[in-house]
Amino acid sequence: MTTKLNNGIKELKFLWWNLEGVRLPRYVRAIIRSKTAIFGIIFVFLALLSAFFAPYLAPHDPYKQNITERMKPPAWVKEGSSKYFLGTDQLGRCVFSRLIYGARISLIVAAVAVLIAAVVGVVLGLIAGYFGGWIDQGITGITNFFLSFPYVLLAIAVMGIVGPGFSTLILVLGLTSWPVYTRIIRSEVLSIKELEFVDAARALGVREHRILIRHILPNVVNSVMVTASLETARMIINEAFFSFLGLGIQPPIPSWGNMLNDGKAYIFVTWWLVTFPGIAIFLTTLGINLIGDWLRDLFDPHMVF
Amino acid sequence: MGKYLLRNLVQLILVCFGVASLVFMLVFISGDPVMLMVPMTATPEEIQNLRVAMGLDKPLWVQYLMYMSRLIRGDFGNSIRIEIPAIRLFLERVPATLELGVAGMVLATIIGVSVGIISAMRRDTWIDAIGRILALGSQSMPVFWLALMLIIIFSVYLKLLPPFGRGGIKELIMPAITLATYNIPLILRLTRSTFFDIIHQDYIRTARAKGLPDWVIVYQHILRNAAIPIITVTGMNFGRILGGAIITETVFAWPGVGLLTVDAIFTADYPVIMASTVILVVSVVVVNFLTDIVYAILDPRIKYG
Repeated sequence: MTTKLNNGIKELKFLWWNLEGVRLPRYVRAIIRSKTAIFGIIFVFLALLSAFFAPYLAPHDPYKQNITERMKPPAWVKEGSSKYFLGTDQLGRCVFSRLIYGARISLIVAAVAVLIAAVVGVVLGLIAGYFGGWIDQGITGITNFFLSFPYVLLAIAVMGIVGPGFSTLILVLGLTSWPVYTRIIRSEVLSIKELEFVDAARALGVREHRILIRHILPNVVNSVMVTASLETARMIINEAFFSFLGLGIQPPIPSWGNMLNDGKAYIFVTWWLVTFPGIAIFLTTLGINLIGDWLRDLFDPHMVF
Repeated sequence: MGKYLLRNLVQLILVCFGVASLVFMLVFISGDPVMLMVPMTATPEEIQNLRVAMGLDKPLWVQYLMYMSRLIRGDFGNSIRIEIPAIRLFLERVPATLELGVAGMVLATIIGVSVGIISAMRRDTWIDAIGRILALGSQSMPVFWLALMLIIIFSVYLKLLPPFGRGGIKELIMPAITLATYNIPLILRLTRSTFFDIIHQDYIRTARAKGLPDWVIVYQHILRNAAIPIITVTGMNFGRILGGAIITETVFAWPGVGLLTVDAIFTADYPVIMASTVILVVSVVVVNFLTDIVYAILDPRIKYG
């Protein structure tokens, strides 16, 4: 246990304060050894690339309608035109360009939602685990309450009642998904706070909040990163689902979810409208999950799968 | 044990109470239901009359008490769209969701448990790799998109299965596959890691040493012991499973409680939203509670303080 923890601390030091350190090659080797992580990094890199450089990568304006060239199939199909690589939608907009721009929405929504959830969840988890007593009971009670909620139902109900929109979606996703972090962090803090270095810090007269931030928080960063990466994948799927229902990002802003919603209406005529946004969602979440799994193996080799 | 049950029972009641209050609050901040119910041509007097008739002119705390006392008797008011009690609309839809849920769970358990067992027994072989790909793939899959792709393949192109609705076994196939995909990663990962732990137990080695064939060991020794965590986690994730059913129902227009709720949200049918949200969440909490008890009965080693 202690050696494992010591290794963990060393790795953390490496990750956060010693980036130019000599152990870098080991991590590079670890990535290269893990073929799956390479795939994950490629998929995520592609998504990030399209999100950042959408205006330069997209061959057409994603909002530009062209009624005369509507519902063109992809370029490799007989009726397709080479002008539109993945075809056009019901308004004659370029599907490929909309996909590239859609990466922005998906990634921003997921990233901000995960950030909100992680901050709220980690703070509550630290407090609950460290202080114990009635504070712990209260926070654990609320956490269990939210965890037992059918998450999708809660979010749908709130989105439906409050009304759809970009910031509402981010807030709802963020504020309904924090309990996962709280549960994990709380149980970690429970065991960490019994260790000698915490006692030592306390004996030296270090104040409570300082112990929490400087001594305990760095030791749970690994778990936060693993959870956050797996949660990012879930958030991308959730964003897509809400936009697919019409409760998330509203047209004409392109998002992978509302492109699926558009395509669903023409599902019997135009297969490409629902196929490509789904592939984009699938590959991006797969990439993030691969990286998350790899991180988990790296930080905690005892966990299986 | 008795004390533990009592504490959980109190928690259960508190959670139900909390859910009911939360739903009341959400509906209250979302606007004036009277304006949705009256025709466009209503005079201010007519609006006022309806408001008085519904008790919406009273102070908030009186409304809250009225709401709570009606709720305890299972009265959520009539649906705004049709003059039928919301609770009856809900109960009418329960069999459809049960049918879908059972079919999806059975399929997911068969696939998840058997692939999980094989993966654990043949760890680090190509079979294990397939199991890992299946787990990661289904975890990264936006299941509502999978549903759309199934419709395109089996309804639009092969014309084998009906795309929407509920009826016989043919209508059930695609929704069941979709819901199963949603639940497979959880069951598969859990089965694999549980099996992997059990394989290394002493009594399994003894059974091996006696010369028992593999399949006897799996059925007689491992499966029984692995059943406990699998059942527990399934029960604890009932809310998640329900969430998956909601997603599946909306894509296939499967007339269950999920579709009812989503439809109610789009038509701002507050009594129905309230009825289904409160009942679904309460059922999740009750199932979690029962799971705890079953867990304690199945595994007498577990002691509660």
